[in-house]
Amino acid sequence: MNATARPLDVPAMVKEAALTAFVVLMLTVILVGFELRDVPGAMALYTRIPDVVACVALAFAARIALVLLREGYRGAVIVGAAIVGLLLLIGLLPETLFGTEAAARTARRFMPFEAPVVQWCLFSVTVFLGLRAAIGRRRVRVAEIKEREAAADRMGARVQSIARYAGPILGFAAVAMPVAFRNDQQVMSVAILVMTYIMLGWGLNIVVGLAGLLDLGYVAFYAVGAYTFALLATTPDIQLSFWLSLPLAGLLAALVGVLLGFPVLRLRGDYLAIVTLGFGEIIRVVIQNWYGFTNGANGISGIPRPTLFGLSWDEEAAEGQIPFHKWVSDNLFPIDYTPTHEKIYLYYIILALALIVNWFALRARQMPIGRAWEALREDEIACRSLGINPTNTKLTAFGVGAMFGGFAGAFFSTSQGFVSPESFVFIESAIILAIVVLGGFGSQLGVVLAALLLIGLPEAFREVKDFRMLAFGLAMVGIMLWRPAGLLAHREPTVRLKPAAAGKAK
Amino acid sequence: MTPPLLEVDHLTIRFGGLVAVNDVSFAAQDRKITAVIGPNGAGKTTVFNCLTGFYKPTVGRMRLRHPATGREYLLERMEGFRIAAQARVARTFQNIRLFPKMTVLENLVVAQHNRLMRASGYTLLGLFGFSGYRKAEHAAIERARYWLERTELVDRADDAAESLPYGGQRRLEIARAMCTEPVMLCLDEPAAGLNPRESEALNSLLRFIRDEHKIGILLIEHDMSVVMEISDHIVVLDYGRKIADGTPAEIRSDPAVIRAYLGEPEEAA
Repeated sequence: MNATARPLDVPAMVKEAALTAFVVLMLTVILVGFELRDVPGAMALYTRIPDVVACVALAFAARIALVLLREGYRGAVIVGAAIVGLLLLIGLLPETLFGTEAAARTARRFMPFEAPVVQWCLFSVTVFLGLRAAIGRRRVRVAEIKEREAAADRMGARVQSIARYAGPILGFAAVAMPVAFRNDQQVMSVAILVMTYIMLGWGLNIVVGLAGLLDLGYVAFYAVGAYTFALLATTPDIQLSFWLSLPLAGLLAALVGVLLGFPVLRLRGDYLAIVTLGFGEIIRVVIQNWYGFTNGANGISGIPRPTLFGLSWDEEAAEGQIPFHKWVSDNLFPIDYTPTHEKIYLYYIILALALIVNWFALRARQMPIGRAWEALREDEIACRSLGINPTNTKLTAFGVGAMFGGFAGAFFSTSQGFVSPESFVFIESAIILAIVVLGGFGSQLGVVLAALLLIGLPEAFREVKDFRMLAFGLAMVGIMLWRPAGLLAHREPTVRLKPAAAGKAK
Repeated sequence: MTPPLLEVDHLTIRFGGLVAVNDVSFAAQDRKITAVIGPNGAGKTTVFNCLTGFYKPTVGRMRLRHPATGREYLLERMEGFRIAAQARVARTFQNIRLFPKMTVLENLVVAQHNRLMRASGYTLLGLFGFSGYRKAEHAAIERARYWLERTELVDRADDAAESLPYGGQRRLEIARAMCTEPVMLCLDEPAAGLNPRESEALNSLLRFIRDEHKIGILLIEHDMSVVMEISDHIVVLDYGRKIADGTPAEIRSDPAVIRAYLGEPEEAA
């Protein structure tokens, strides 16, 4: 391998690595180096110098490895990565390797950082570097953006072509998942959260991905749906059940969407984005300040959970209701009460709702309205010259998107049992939009992947507390670098003159 | 004589202090090709934009008469998309406006939006797979295929519109306009950027549309070989005014036209 290597310019290499290390130092010295801890009676500033040192040293080493890789010294990188990887592995799995508790504790002391997630990330980066040295090309060519987009499109096309098989498989996995995790309430909670965002992403995808209307205030419709159900369910004289409120929440959100859309949809692009952003904030501020109606910043609590044909999920049901576990034990087979049952039930509700949105989005693309949405995104003036009413077409997209947001909102309020304006801040809109953009405009599977990445990652990093949003940021930066058009950006034609070669039966 | 398909009366369009079109009147006959010519900045495209509802005229009347039903539409009173949907005036653009990321076939299916929308019960019936919509979609694809064959684009039907060569994009835009089943087709410089062979093909396509589909064509064109060869009637504009109006032979010998195009003759007797 070294035969192909160029002579190494050691000072230049060290200089480059030192620069990287310096940047990392600047970034970490405040973010990582200090910690404000709440001690009884006061706040105290703690320093975490070892963590900073570890960050800087690792960045230095990684940069050196990259330079060596670039210059063709693959052997050195493989050896280095193997050593570091082994050391990390010893720290990561001390119990299995040493057996004794004391030795494990000693080994763990030498590991950088506290959280195992971060350590595993380090380990995978090391493995990645090593693997790249082992199989990679000698020089890493920086591809042109256009080339890269073409490659991304090709990959998107490939994924789309397997999506017809992967889709049902994923769907089946989503249906079967609660069986595997029937005792893990934590996992079920995260699954519900991710599924909610998938549904919101699919809903927003209709507005942004298909119709091309950049909506930065999607969370407003989510809020309208959530408060509709919360108010309908907790007002003493009404007390509608979840299943009756759900369509109402969707309709009301759609109505709000159409009302908002009417004056603003003549705006385009950035202007529309700003107005919708403002609208999202207005809804939140109104909710926060309309104390008599929405209970202001205190929110609404005691929102009932949905029932299954009148069966309650509590251990001991209120009068007139039968708990689910009792009913099953009496009529089918004996089971014990566990709070996870309710989570599983909620999961299935949101899964069903999300699948409805997905079905609608896929189906609407084959409809004239879906094609008109896409045409409108491409060229509004041409649409007008073909007799398509641009206002109505945009309004339907906006209204339908808002309706699905409203459904998701009603589900949110029933699953949480509590709503307050804090749940509907701008960052929520931004996350939903990020899911759509990162997934690749208009790609259903991309939304699933992006939701898993953006919602799942911060959840996985929950033990790193303050830094978990960094994982979110890292994912964003990574995608922007490697897949600027989104993970799976590819547009599949909605209709073909000739059936595609790949045995597309019709 | 049958009443004209389109009658433009005293059309004037002002943009602030600029008079882009000044008191222009002309008529276009059904089943005839009427060309609007004139030097750059003569106001040809402005007239077009007015006819298709993108501008509102300051003064004037534009009356379109459907030959089959005798129904009359006053275009200056209609919203842009209604002119296309109800008065059935289709147009193409000087700088091509296709739906670039959609396929050629999809471009043609979108053009049949209103008919398909009714067939799909405004999406609700179509969403649940009622057969009425499937039949209508099939018919739409057949109509698209018909025009793709006419414009020699059948082989590219499933490619993105943006991947077509320039001439193909021009033809596709005409095919798309024809898919709306218009009574009048307005073409804004259809031959711009075409090579001689392509513009020959364009001529025969336009003749085919006039003779087989029996509609009126209104045409803006710079390319005199196209204009003189296929036009039945020519309207010449210069500085926003109509300076001549007649058959190609009349126009060719009209002194005002020669002056506008070639300048004042040197030998002032």
